[in-house]
Amino acid sequence: MNQSRKTIVIASVLLVVLFAGAVVALQKIDSARGKDAAIEEVLYLPSGKTVKRLSLGYSSLLAVVYWTRAVQYFGNRHLQDSKRYDLLYPLLDITTDLDPQLVVAYQTGSIFLCQSPPNGAGEPDKAVALLEKGIAANPEVWRMYFTLGFVHYLERKDYKAAEQAFRKGSEVPGALPWMRTMAARMAEHAQDIETAMMLWRGIYETTHDKNVRDGAVKHLASLQAEIDMRELRIRVRTYHEKKGVWPTTWTELVRAGLLGGVPVDPAGQIYKLLPEGGVWVEDPSQFPFLDQAALAS
Amino acid sequence: MTSRLSAIALNTFREAVRDRVLYNLIIFVFLLVASAPLFSQISIDVERLILVNVGLSAISLFGVIIAIFIGIGLVSKEIERRTLYTILSRPVRRWEFIAGKYCGLMMTLLVNAALMTVGFMIAVMITSHGLKAQDMHLLVAVYFTVLEFMVVTALTLLFSSFSSPIFSAILSFSLFAIGTFSLDLRNFAASAHGITKMFALAAAYLVPNLASLNVIAQVAHDQPVGGALVLYNTLYTVLYSAAVTAGAVLIFERRNLK
Amino acid sequence: MHAIEIQDLSKDYAVGFWKKTLRPALKSLSLTVESGETFGFLGPNGAGKTTTLKLLMGIIFPTAGSATVLGKSVHDPEVKKRIGFLPEQPYFYDYLSAPELLSYYAQLSGVPPAGRKERINSLLERVGLGDVGNKQLRKFSKGMLQRVGIAQAIVHDPEVVFLDEPMSGLDPLGRHEIREMIQGLKDAGKTIFFSTHILSDAEALCDRVAVIHKGELRGVGVVNDLRAATGGTSEVIWQNAQVLTAVSSLVMEPHVSADTVRVTVSRENLDPLLEKLRQQSATLISVTPLHGTLEDYFLSKTSESEKEGAAV
Repeated sequence: MNQSRKTIVIASVLLVVLFAGAVVALQKIDSARGKDAAIEEVLYLPSGKTVKRLSLGYSSLLAVVYWTRAVQYFGNRHLQDSKRYDLLYPLLDITTDLDPQLVVAYQTGSIFLCQSPPNGAGEPDKAVALLEKGIAANPEVWRMYFTLGFVHYLERKDYKAAEQAFRKGSEVPGALPWMRTMAARMAEHAQDIETAMMLWRGIYETTHDKNVRDGAVKHLASLQAEIDMRELRIRVRTYHEKKGVWPTTWTELVRAGLLGGVPVDPAGQIYKLLPEGGVWVEDPSQFPFLDQAALAS
Repeated sequence: MTSRLSAIALNTFREAVRDRVLYNLIIFVFLLVASAPLFSQISIDVERLILVNVGLSAISLFGVIIAIFIGIGLVSKEIERRTLYTILSRPVRRWEFIAGKYCGLMMTLLVNAALMTVGFMIAVMITSHGLKAQDMHLLVAVYFTVLEFMVVTALTLLFSSFSSPIFSAILSFSLFAIGTFSLDLRNFAASAHGITKMFALAAAYLVPNLASLNVIAQVAHDQPVGGALVLYNTLYTVLYSAAVTAGAVLIFERRNLK
Repeated sequence: MHAIEIQDLSKDYAVGFWKKTLRPALKSLSLTVESGETFGFLGPNGAGKTTTLKLLMGIIFPTAGSATVLGKSVHDPEVKKRIGFLPEQPYFYDYLSAPELLSYYAQLSGVPPAGRKERINSLLERVGLGDVGNKQLRKFSKGMLQRVGIAQAIVHDPEVVFLDEPMSGLDPLGRHEIREMIQGLKDAGKTIFFSTHILSDAEALCDRVAVIHKGELRGVGVVNDLRAATGGTSEVIWQNAQVLTAVSSLVMEPHVSADTVRVTVSRENLDPLLEKLRQQSATLISVTPLHGTLEDYFLSKTSESEKEGAAV
C-alpha cells in the first residue's frame, strides 16, 4: 500500500504543478501572439462564403463566434482610442455571410462602422452597404431602416437619403408611427437640434450594445447641454436688455425672475457664465460631442 | 522500470500497426501525390495554397481521429478483454501502464505523421517544381500538429482510464472542438464579470489550447512562425499533457477494475 | 510463513442506480495456504471465487481485511515477480504470436533477456505448443489458448501459481492435458491455488480444499477427511427377501433380485439394521462401506441456509 500512496501523492502534486505551469505558458503564448491573433486569421480567409462552406452546417454558431470577435475587436481598440479599425468590416461581412439573419450584427455593426474614429471605423459608406445587405435579407425588420436613416443623417449628412430610408421603413408592417415623423423631420427640420435628439434617443432604445448605448448617452447629454445653453443665452440677453449690463452670476438672473434656480448641466455642474453674455459648460471633457451639437444648430 | 515502460509502449505500437490502422496513410500519400498534378490547371500560386491547406489539414485531422479512435480503447479494451489482469498480476505499476500506453500511441502517431509528411512534401515539390527555403515553415506546422496529437492523446487516455469507449469518444471530440475556439473562450472570460467570469476562466484554461497550434493558414501564405511561439507552444503542450496524464494515473491508481 | 494468508477479507460492491445499496461479494474470508500445497477453492458460480482472486492480484481493493502472499502485501511489486496468474476465460492479445506474447510477459515480469528465448521455446514445448511457430493467437483453439495461459503464468518460474477455472470450456482431452500440467507444477514443488466448480478435478489434484458459497467460507480441510466426514453410508446385501418389510424404515434404495436384497443404509442405521437382520435370521452376504465423495461434502455445504456455515 505504501507504493500506492506514494504514487497518489506524487501524481497529485505533479497534476497541480504541471497544470499551473501550463497556465503560465498559455499566458505567454497569448502575449506572444497578440490580442488579435484569432482575428488576424481573417486576413487569410478567402471570403465569407468559403467559411460558410467549411462550417459544415454549423454556420449560425460560427456566425455568433465571429460576431463576438467583432465586438471584442471593436471594444479593445475603442479602449485604446485607436484610429484604425481595418478588420471590422471583413469580420462583419463574414458574420453576416454565415448568418444573414443575425440582425444585431447589421444594426450594431453598422453603428461601429459609421462613426468617425476613435468612436468608430469612420466608414459610413461600408455601414450603408452592410445595412442594405441586411435589409435585403430581412425586409421585415423595419428598425434597420431606422439605423440606415441614422447613418445617412449623422455621418453622411445626406438628408434626402435619410428621409427615403425613414419613409421606406415606415411602410413596413408593424413599424412604429414615429418612423413617419422622422421622415417628415428629415424633409423639413433635418438640421434641428430636436431632430438629432430624437434620433439619438431612438438609437439608445434600439440597441443593447454597451458601447453604442454609452455613445448615445454622451450624444444626448451634449445635445441637452446645447439646448440648455441656447435658452440660457436668450435669458442672459433678456437680462442685458432689461438691466443694461451683462450678469456676472446666476443669482442675479434668479433675483430678476428670469430663472427658477441655478442652472445645472447634465453632468451635474453649474453652467459657466462668461463675459459678454456667453454661456459654456464647466467641464467640456464631459461633453465630447458638444461641437457637433453646436454645428447642428 | 524502463524495460517495462518500453515493453508496454512497443506492444501498444505493435497493436496499432497490426490493426491496419496505419494503412490509411498509404491511401493518403497516394491520393495526395497523385492529385498534385491535377492542380496545375490553375495558376501556380493558388494551386500551392490549396495543396498546403488540404495536405496539412488532412495530416492534422487524420492524426486526431486515429488518436481518438485508438485512445478511447487504450485502457478500456484491456479491461474488457481481461488482458489487464495478466499485466497487473505482474510487477508492473499502474502508472507505468498508463505512461507506457501514452508513449506507444504517440509513437504510432509520430510514425503516421512522418510518413504522411514525406508524401506531402513530395507533392509540394511536384507542384512547386522544387523546394524553397520557405517550405521549411511547413515543417513547423507539422511540428505543431504533433504537439496537438500529444494533447489529444493525453485527454483520450484520461477518459479511457475511467469511462466507456463511446463516452470517451464523445468527450474527446467535444474537447477537441471547443479547444479550437479556446482563444475566443479566453477573450470572452477576459470581458465577463462575476460568477460568469470565474466559470469562463476555469473553462478557458482547462480546455486544451488548440487554437494557437493551428498555423496552417499562416504557413499557407508563407508567413513565418515566431521562435517565441514555437518555444511556448512546446512548453505548454508538454506541461498540459503531463498534467492530464498525471490525472489519468491518479484516477487509475485506486480504481476497482471490473 | 504461509504462502498465502487471508485475514477477514471482505468486499462489498455498490450497486443500484445511485450506487447506494451494498452487495457483499465476500464476507470476512480467512484462510491460509502453505508452501508446496495444491489448494482447491470450490464454490458454485457467483460464490466469490473470482472476487477473491482479483483481490489477491490487486485488481480490486478490499472493503476490509487483508491478504499477504509469501509474507508480503499483495500490492508489493517484488512479490509479483514470484507469482503467476491465469484469469478465467482469458483473451490475450490476438495480434501476437505465442512466442511474442510470452516474450512480452517475460519482459514485464523481469526475466533477464539472456536465455529468454530458449526458456520460452522449451516452455512452449512443455505445454504442448512446440509447433505453433508464428501463428497469431487469434487463430488458436480454446484448448491452445488455455495452454498459452498456463505458459504465461509460469514463464518467470514463480513460486505460487493462481489459476481461475483453468479447465473451463475444455473438452475431456484438453482437461486431461491441463490436469497433467498442474500435476507437473505440483511435482516441481510449486504452491498452487486454483478455483473451480468441477469437483472431480479438485479431488484428483488438491491436498486441501475450501468451499465458499454466497461470499462465505463454508468449510476447509484435507480432501480425504472431508470425504470421510460426510458419506459414511454402507451397502448391505443379504438373503431372505421377506425380511425387507421389517427393516424398510431403516434402509434406502432397496433392490431385490431372486431372494437377494441389496440396500444402502446410513451410518446411524447400520447397527440397528444388522441387529434386526440377526433377529430375523437373514443370511448376511456382505457389508461394504461406501466412501463419501467430495460432491456430497460440497452439496451439504452449499445447501445450508445463510445463518449456518462454519469451518468443519
